[in-house]
Amino acid sequence: MSSVAITPEREHYLNKEYGISSWLLTTDHKRIALLYLVSITFFFFIGGFFALLIRLELLTPAGDLVQADTYNKLFTMHGQTMIFFFLIPSIPAVLGNFLVPMMIGAKDLAFPRINLLSWYLYIIAGIIYLHCILTGGVDVGWTFYTPLSSGFSNTKVIEAGVAVFINGFSSILTGLNFVVTIHRMRAPGMTWSRLPLFIWSHYATSIIMLLGTPVLAITLLLVVFERAFGLGIFDPTRGGDPLLFQHLFWFYSHPAVYIMILPSMGVISEVVPCFSRKRIFGYHFVALASIAIAVIGFLVWAHHMFVAGMSLYAALIFSLLSYLVAVPSAIKVFNWTATMYKGSISFSTPMLYAFGFIGLFTMGGLTGLFLAALGIDVHVTDTYFVIAHFHYIMVGGAVMGYLAGMHFWWPKISGRIYPEGWGRLAALIVFIGFNLTFFPQFVLGYVGMPRRYWQYSQEFQVLNVLSTAGSTVLAVGYLLPMVYFLWSMRYGKLADDNPWNATGLEWRTASPPPTYNFDETPVVTWEAYDYENMPLPQEVTLER
Amino acid sequence: MSDSPVAVEQAHGPELLHHFADPEQQRAAASLGMWLFLATEIMFFGGMFCAYLVYRRWYFAEFAASSRTLDIWLGTINTIVLICSSLTVALGVRAAQMGKRKLLVVLLILTLIFGLAFLGIKGKEWSDKFHEHHIPGPQFDAGEIQLNGHPVDARSAQIFFSLYFAMTGMHALHMIIGVFMFVILTWYAWKGRFNQRYYTPVENCGLYWHFVDIIWIYLFPLLYLIDRKK
Amino acid sequence: MSEHIIPTRTYYLIWISLMCLTVITAAVAFVDLGQFNTIVALSIATLKALLVVLFFMHLKYTNEKMSKVAVISALFWLVLLLALSLTDYGWRGAGAV
Repeated sequence: MSSVAITPEREHYLNKEYGISSWLLTTDHKRIALLYLVSITFFFFIGGFFALLIRLELLTPAGDLVQADTYNKLFTMHGQTMIFFFLIPSIPAVLGNFLVPMMIGAKDLAFPRINLLSWYLYIIAGIIYLHCILTGGVDVGWTFYTPLSSGFSNTKVIEAGVAVFINGFSSILTGLNFVVTIHRMRAPGMTWSRLPLFIWSHYATSIIMLLGTPVLAITLLLVVFERAFGLGIFDPTRGGDPLLFQHLFWFYSHPAVYIMILPSMGVISEVVPCFSRKRIFGYHFVALASIAIAVIGFLVWAHHMFVAGMSLYAALIFSLLSYLVAVPSAIKVFNWTATMYKGSISFSTPMLYAFGFIGLFTMGGLTGLFLAALGIDVHVTDTYFVIAHFHYIMVGGAVMGYLAGMHFWWPKISGRIYPEGWGRLAALIVFIGFNLTFFPQFVLGYVGMPRRYWQYSQEFQVLNVLSTAGSTVLAVGYLLPMVYFLWSMRYGKLADDNPWNATGLEWRTASPPPTYNFDETPVVTWEAYDYENMPLPQEVTLER
Repeated sequence: MSDSPVAVEQAHGPELLHHFADPEQQRAAASLGMWLFLATEIMFFGGMFCAYLVYRRWYFAEFAASSRTLDIWLGTINTIVLICSSLTVALGVRAAQMGKRKLLVVLLILTLIFGLAFLGIKGKEWSDKFHEHHIPGPQFDAGEIQLNGHPVDARSAQIFFSLYFAMTGMHALHMIIGVFMFVILTWYAWKGRFNQRYYTPVENCGLYWHFVDIIWIYLFPLLYLIDRKK
Repeated sequence: MSEHIIPTRTYYLIWISLMCLTVITAAVAFVDLGQFNTIVALSIATLKALLVVLFFMHLKYTNEKMSKVAVISALFWLVLLLALSLTDYGWRGAGAV
């Protein structure tokens, strides 16, 4: 596979081998990250397509574009695709896969073959889910609530359930790989308090993946068994408790929100110090806040069920516990802003996304406090207020962080620089489009528009038109990066090893990196984010 | 770390994968990975234990009555069979540690026999339940299950049997996976893949087997021994 | 190699204890102890599980702290699941929102 180039190109992970099998059978964490990148992008656009159909239907008060039951399928499949097939794997499986070994100075993840297996599990789940979509879809809401899902719905619940079940194992194996890698594969000198915060947040994410996902797996399996074999664990006609399903489901699915947001926080913790040229403020607090979020995140699940008929005393306990989660999240936000204080800030694309993240995540988080309050929650449960709230967290937070990370590490991944002007423009469009889409939904929800209806009263129309208009702007903002990233792979300027002058270990190897990441195993002698006296690449101590 | 990969391979045998610095690191990674996997398994069964706890509190009398229809003798024998299999696994790991290939193969085969015996007895119990129409669903018939001389509420009894089949079914599935793992393990052991330096797969499959045993140690009292006194 | 080899005597001892405990737990189930039947049955099960984990699975002998951490955190999370679910089921009907 030699080319006729005049100067022989340096060998790196992208040009080491060519051909389909060199990708499909690879155990290189960087190549697997790219496999994930392609597959989650595919599912992102499928989910986005459903979102656009939803917004189109809601352009007018009448249910005129689709039938009510089609609309039920649209929001169900939008949610399931976006959550299980895009958001949960997004940062961990792409950026995490690519960066976790490099950031700690390892040659690969601890279990490269299990890493590949987890991609295949994801793909198998994805194919089953696609089959479910193409053969009629599923309409039970992304939450699979019983008894609708177990008894009444006549759509493809079993297929969707099995797909999510299999996808769960992909997630578990990724988390397992990360924890073992972070514990056992750190380079000499890479102590726990020298770890990049991206690693800490992935460690916290992995804890949730490991301990939460199995509960979702068994719960969905029981629903599948109930449908397929007539088991009656959640069946109210046999004395079963549908609320038990909700307890078990949210035991995973609330922490799953932190699976989506924690890695994003990790990205922001890398981007903010780099573009402020300052050491992160309160390293240990930010690091431990990640762990705290992972743990406390497990104590709050029933705040999704305040109006579902559970005990009042349980509601009080869960309401109080829900406030607790705000503490570590707020610590992080304050520390990022304190990091920027008196820094020499540059407004590069990743930093623009980071700004977007901090603002939107704060809004999403604060409206979360409204929902944790029992009284307000009764008022706004199942309205567009909830929709707006979690989109501020998952899209304004998680996706902004994902885009920040993609721009920040694109030179490392591809060896090319993306066009900065287009990057900033896209960041601006995403920010404007996002707020135009979702801010009106806060208002809509507060004045009483319920979620999951395909038609609505006349007085909600103006805000819905704004929201639909915003969603098209947002779509443009999401398409742009895909276009210029692809463009830059061929025409972009070649990237240096360290285009941002950042401190992480991943910037001390070539761009794109060689297959085993480092020519020599690095020895770490400095603290993380040492932007005040960052040693230049040639001064790095290397051990033979 | 000062060795080149080739030198490492020659010094430590072919089992050492390229991305590990030394065999000790590889062994430690595999062990941690296995323990973490078992932690996820605890939570996997935990979902069903949670459901069991809730319904046992609600429908204690029906659970007790339904539990009495399970064959306590078969249950006890199966517990003993599994404990014996755990012993052979533990001794097998020891044989691997000491590099005794033939002993290892014998112990692995013994484990397989115990495992299959467990599954056979379990299959017998399931088929009995099938004949008694105790399988949840439209054909369910609480029939002769009595509670203080009266027929038991068939609905709550179905919840018990739903949990019974879900829990023992998931456990049996784990046993079946375990049997397959041990067949492969026996083959590798026969081929002499393991030695005193390298026996991680034996150790990890052993951990899995013991874990499945522990699940049964809890399922036995929870399902068979709820209320046997008359 | 850091693993140390346990004498077979220990394994047989644990095996005999497990067998005895199994017979005891099955026999005690027929004796009327009221509430204590459940407590005894689960205590014996926990004792058996501990024997398996500590001796057969070598947790007592391992010098890897993380194995213990993994087990303890899984049990802690299991308790979280059960205990917080019971905050609802313990007071169900005592007033819904």
